[in-house]
Formats: sequence, structure tokens, C-alpha cells
Amino acid sequence: MKTQETIFDVLQSRGVSRRAFMKFCTVTASTLALGSHEASVFAQALASAPRPSVIWLSFQQCTGCSESILRSFDPTLENLLLNYLSLDYHESLQAAAGFQAEAARKKAMADNIGRYVLIVDGSIPTGDKEYWSAAAGESNLEVLRDAVRNAGVVIALGACATFGGIPAAKPNPSQATGVDDLMTRGLIDTKPLVNVSGCPPIPEVITGTIAYYLANGQLPELDALKRPKVFYGKTVHDNCARLPHFNAGRFAQSFDDAGARQGHCLYMLGCKGPQTFNACTTMKWNQGTSYPMNSGHGCLGCSEPGFWDNSLGFYSN
Amino acid sequence: MSTVVVDPITRIEGHLRIEAETDARGVITKAYSSGTMMRGIEIILLGRDPRDAWAFTQRICGVCTVVHSVAAIRAVENALNYPIPANARLIRNILAASQIGQDQVVHFYQLSLLDWVDITSAAKADPLKTSNLQKCLSTWTNNSAAYFESVRQKLVTLINSGQLGLFANGYWGHPEYKLPPEMNLMLFAHYLEALEWQRKVIKLHAVFGGRNPHPNFVVGGVPCAISAAPNGTGGFTPTPGFTAVDANGLALVKTCMDEMQAFIAQVYYPDCVAMAKFYKDWFKKGEGIGNFLTFGDFPETDANDPANLFVPRGAIVNRDLSAIQPVDLNNPNEIQEFVANSWYDYSHGKTAGLHPYDGETTPNYTGPRAPYQNLDNSQPYSWEKTPRWKGKPMEVGALARVLMLYAKGNAPTRQYLNAALSDLKQPLSSLYSTMGRIVAQSIDTRVIVERMQTWYSQLMANIARGELATHNAAKFNPSTWPASSKGVGFTEAPRGGLGHWVSITNGKISNYQCVVPSTWNSSPRDQLGQPSAYEAALVGHSLAVADQPLEILRTIHSFNPCMACAVHLMSPEGQELLSVKVC
Repeated sequence: MKTQETIFDVLQSRGVSRRAFMKFCTVTASTLALGSHEASVFAQALASAPRPSVIWLSFQQCTGCSESILRSFDPTLENLLLNYLSLDYHESLQAAAGFQAEAARKKAMADNIGRYVLIVDGSIPTGDKEYWSAAAGESNLEVLRDAVRNAGVVIALGACATFGGIPAAKPNPSQATGVDDLMTRGLIDTKPLVNVSGCPPIPEVITGTIAYYLANGQLPELDALKRPKVFYGKTVHDNCARLPHFNAGRFAQSFDDAGARQGHCLYMLGCKGPQTFNACTTMKWNQGTSYPMNSGHGCLGCSEPGFWDNSLGFYSN
Repeated sequence: MSTVVVDPITRIEGHLRIEAETDARGVITKAYSSGTMMRGIEIILLGRDPRDAWAFTQRICGVCTVVHSVAAIRAVENALNYPIPANARLIRNILAASQIGQDQVVHFYQLSLLDWVDITSAAKADPLKTSNLQKCLSTWTNNSAAYFESVRQKLVTLINSGQLGLFANGYWGHPEYKLPPEMNLMLFAHYLEALEWQRKVIKLHAVFGGRNPHPNFVVGGVPCAISAAPNGTGGFTPTPGFTAVDANGLALVKTCMDEMQAFIAQVYYPDCVAMAKFYKDWFKKGEGIGNFLTFGDFPETDANDPANLFVPRGAIVNRDLSAIQPVDLNNPNEIQEFVANSWYDYSHGKTAGLHPYDGETTPNYTGPRAPYQNLDNSQPYSWEKTPRWKGKPMEVGALARVLMLYAKGNAPTRQYLNAALSDLKQPLSSLYSTMGRIVAQSIDTRVIVERMQTWYSQLMANIARGELATHNAAKFNPSTWPASSKGVGFTEAPRGGLGHWVSITNGKISNYQCVVPSTWNSSPRDQLGQPSAYEAALVGHSLAVADQPLEILRTIHSFNPCMACAVHLMSPEGQELLSVKVC
């Protein structure tokens, strides 16, 4: 069985050196804020892990989460695809279409019962709006119910799949909700679940969470909202470059005033950083290029539940 | 008659289903395009702060992640008669143009290439011949035999593993794949290179917008002030380190633009032309409706002056490039949306056409309950409304832009298009086709991305002479607004013209309507039974292999769609083999 092949077997057959493999593990481990010893343990675990099948389902979504994983630098998507996992269903990227696409998904599910990784982006409409989102003649809810049943783990990706996101913003026209809520309500089976929140999540937070699961066969430590603590343990405010200005009471009052030009705090312009748990200011975006506050706009709070319905809007505090 | 269904249509953004009726010979006589996902963002926007609309509408699409934001902030600024600084206009142009550059390359390589490239054939390629092919096509330096052998090895290992992942169940070996192994290998290598490239060049968005996907925008300008300190004489001097837009950030922007331009000129454009040489029959298929619409974009002065848009606004009817017709986004009799075959109701009945200022979004799902095999196409069958311009179906997108630029005499467009057509030995009229759209996309991308350098130079010249303004605060506070106002914002998304129409009452959104590019192209029939572009373009297609709808995917993907679809097709038909000389 090919599924018994370990990732390191695969890498060696692909001419990937142990050194390159260790580099991958070190980078991934540093992403997860682990030390060098942990990186070594991580590498051993990853090298002996079977290559899992990954099934990625997209429901009421904008494809921003898929675009985000395309932006991951460490590890890259192509590195994951060619070396570490088998992405057996992803509507936006897979070659097959129509019933051949559906057949690929069903085969991967049947071949990997209890083991496949199920990634979900997008919310799911419910109740009498269940049919507001369908693919291949099936409602999203039915497809999800079927896929969760035999999944090893479920990764809810992005604001919509975690907490309902924009479709669930008031008045929630489609009665949309996220995966966790469906589990709580008993509308789908309850399985190990991690919420990778954000609109979209940071690219390396997505790939880092996946890599951690591949290496360890279990999820990292989660917070009360089922988010990996290592990424969502602190507010973006805690590590913001503008924090010294906040502490000194120096605030930009408009987007291009003297304070804004000197990098003063954006709290008066609506920044939700103090109540938003995410890694934007530590890991940054696009290979460390920037993050929202560094580029002059307050945090929208996009990794928190219900951020679309904050009554103050994005420009008041 | 048979009905063929493809659902989901993959390698697009969103959810689309296509059903097609075929005759006894298996040729498509009618096609139906159905958007199968609804969120109701126009409804969610009601009663909210119009300054927040860009963030909500941005989530319509995370692929072309800047375009809805640009349309939204322009709509609000148009409503409030709210001018923005020149630097903000230039930065928005750079953001939107780079979106076209990044997105159309990803569309070509990641989303549509596998319709034309057989990766199992690539595994059999001779790396030395592939190297020679690359060297004769362009000056791109990833051209050694060793490089192509390493790519080939990756592919061989993937295939031998038995776990094809994303490539499982593709139509490999299909007789409609016509490229020689070396061309397949070269293009697959570029598939991988494009993944790396798009990740690097889009850092440009992070400089100005803090991140990508979903960078930040703001009504009244752009969010990020240029990093600067007071100079003691009442002015400011650019100073590094305060914000992302400092000397380092602006240098990174320049690097991203240069890398973007190089890949498009040396890889994407030559790849499109070379690939088209093997598929010249596709210059005769997928014609569509022959009417084209551009909203225009990239203001060279004020956005409210349509005379100074780099991509002009206008309409082309019946392929008549000699008579570009003016388009007025505010005229209630020009752009209208219909719902005769959509899952919505209008207060004045299903056959009415409403200008977006008067638009209504009242869902009424009357489609089948899942699971279903077929939609009833005699009843409403899509979540998309049907937009019309003066009652006519219109095609929007890169082809429309290229035609408009060509008709208006844009020099780079004429140069690249004439060169490509001459190389391909095709007439201008060959553009009205599936392959015409693909070639036009590469020319559109090249022309618009090159123009970014001009806007960047203007921005840098402004900064050099101390003109640092990026945001106008004068009307940001809602207390300065009139009791009621309305406005339209427009842009050219990678996929075509996009408009947002907003009505503002007492500081809140009282109506919001988006007319998006893929709605023009993929909408259901209107109240007169006129098909939109997708439905029209598929008529006449036949399938070489009955249960492998490769031909449908080719034409649908040529529009760069932005939703998910489904097509069932059956139609055996012969195919011809071509002998092609590329270099």
C-alpha cells in the first residue's frame, strides 16, 4: 500500500536530502515557535508519518483562504503538494471536473476511512436555506456531513468556516454557520476540530497547522475557541510596532496627518488590535513584508467571532 | 437530444454548474449556466457605514482581491463628491494593475493550463529538446536541460507514487491534447514557476495594503501614509521606518513590478502564443455574442472623468470596432439587471429590468431540492441576475479591454497584438474565440502591467518634490455628508468591468448593488430568451470523448470565470492532429 510509505521514504525517492528535510522541519518548527530540540523531534515524527490524504471542501466562500495558502513561503504549497501530502480534492486547483472530480473525492474518502484530513473553507447555509449553496446537485450541508463522518481531523479554515464569517453577518440571509456550530448542534458528527480563523488566515498559520498535524498525528494545543494557541495566544496589539506610541498616548487622528506619517497608534481610527488574537504582528504577511497596522490601517479584528457585526464599524473605538 | 452536466466546474473561483443540450450528432445546441451559491452580501450591507463597504464587498472574491474594494470606495467617493490626492490615485492604479498581472498569470497556469497541457506526456519529454524550445521562445534564464530534467523527475515521481493528488482523474491521454511532450514539460515547469512568482510579486500589495489576500483600503485615499517626519519648516521629509511606505517599501514595489513585467514578457505571453500554434482550431470556436463592454479603469487624472481612463470605457456592438459607443453608468436605460431566470423576485414582476440604483435583491429559491440530477431550465435556474446594456447581452473581460484599446489606437496593444497575430498567421477576427480570449489576456496583462511603471514614476516624482498626501480627511466624518446621496464606482477586474452602485441615507447604506464581470458573462437567459456569453459560446461545441467534457472546460475557462459550475456533455466527434512549427 502506498499509504504506508513514510514522508521520508517519499522525500528520498524524490531526491530530497536529509539536510533539506531538516531545513523544512526547522522552518516549520520555528513557525510554531518551537526550539531546536523540538525541531529534531518534529523531523523524526514527520519522517515516519504516513502521507495523508487531504480533502478540501469549499462552501460559501470567496476563495481567499485558498489564495492565502498559495502565498505561503515556509512551507510552500508546492512543497506540501509534491512531498508531504496528497491533496485529493480541491475545486479551485484540481485537474478533474464534474463527476470525475466527485469520483476522486469519494475514492480518497473510501481509501482513507478515519484517516483523511478534511479542510473546510466557507460557511454552510442551514434550515430552509440549506439549498442556497450546492455543488454537484448536493447541498453543502449534505456533502460536509458525509465527509466529516470518516475524517481523522477537521481543519476549519477562515472566518466563514470557523465562526460563520460574512455570510452569517446580520441579518444572515442564508442562515449560514460554521463547522463548530454544526457539530454542537448535532447536524454533523463531532470530530477533532481546529479553527484556523482570520479573513483570511495568515498563509504560514495555515501551512504550519497542517504541518504540525502531519508530524504529530494530533492537533496543537488549542484555546477556548479551538484555535492553535501558538498562533492565537496573544493579541496583535501586544507586538505591534505602534505599541510604544499607544503607551505614550500618541495617536493618529486621520490617515495622513502628522501622526500617521510618523507611525503613531491607529486606535483612534478604529484599530481592533487590542481585542484581536492573531499572529499578524509577529509572523507578518507575505514573507514578513508588512501587516495591516504597519501599512497604516487599523486591524479589522478578522480572527475573532462576529467581527463583521461590531456595532462601531471599522473606523470607531 | 441528450443533456450533459458538468458540476462542479473546477479550477475557477466559486460554484458553477453547466448543463448542455446536444443533438443527435452530439453537438451542443443549447447551454445553461447556473451559479449555485448565494450569500446575500448586498442584503448584509444595508444599514451599515458606507466607509466599511469596501471590506464587505472585498469578500465577494478573494481571487481578484482588490477590485471590489476599489469599486466600493469609488462609489462612496462618487456619491459624496469626495476628491482624493493624486498619490492615492496612482497607488490604487498600481494595486489594481498588479492584481490583473498576478491574477491572469495564476488563471492561465494554475486554472486553465491543464485544459491544454497533458502532464503525463510531459513526463516523456526530452529535457535537451525542451531546453532548446525554451531558448528559442524567449530570453528567460531557467532554460537548461538539467533544470527541465529536474522538473520532469518531480513529475515522474509523482506519477509513479500512484497518488496523483490534484492531478488525479484529469483527462490525460485525451485526443484533444495536441502539444508535443517538450511543450508540455516546459509549460508544466512554468506552472510551478508561476506558483513561486505570484507569491513574490504580490508583496507589492502588502506594502500599500498590509497584506494579501485582502489588503486594506480606505475611502478618501489610501490607508498608508508615506513615512515622513516634520522638517522644521512646516513640511515633511520622507523618513524611513515609520510606516511600510518608506524608501525600502517603495524599492520593494519597484522590484515586484520589474519581476512581474519580466515574467509576463518572457514567459506568460510567449507561452500563450506558442501554445496557440498547436490549437489553431480553437480560434474558430467559442465565439460568444460579439458585443463587448468595458467600464474602463486606471484614471490618468480624476476618476470621475471617463475621458482620461487608460483603459477606455465603451461598448462594441456586433464586432464593429469602428463605432465605439459611449456608456453612461448613471443612465437608467443603459445598464439594467433582469431576474426572469434567476432565483429572485422584483417588486414590479419578473420581467422588469432595473438600473442598479433602483436594484432589488429579494431571494426566492424555486430550484430543486438537493440531491438533484438536472435543473429545470424552463424555470429560473441560477443565483445570478442577468445584466444587459441597452437590452443587449455583452461580454466583458480582457478581450473586451484589448479590443477597446486596439480600437482607440493604444500603441503597445497594437504592437503586441499585431505581432502575435502575425506570428500565428491569424486575422483580427480570430480573437472572437476561445483561443482569442487566451491570447488577448496575455496582451492585456502585458500592456497594463507595463503601464504601472509610469504611475510609479509619477508617484516617486511627487514624493521627491515633497508632495506626500495620500488621504483627504475633509469628508471622512459622516457628519459632513448630505442627508442623501448616491454614487457609482467602477473598475476593470481581471475578469472584466465591475460596477458598484450605492445609495446613502443619513450616513448609512440604503441600497447597494454590485454588477460583477462574471455575471455579465455567465448569467442565465434574459426575459427575451437571449443567452449570455457562456451559454452562447458553448453552442456548436462537440466532445471528442463522450464523458470527458474537456472542450467545455476550455471555453468556460477562457472567460476566466469567477464562480463554480457544472456541465453534463455527451458527444463523440472526430479530431484532427496538427503539425506545428513553433520556432
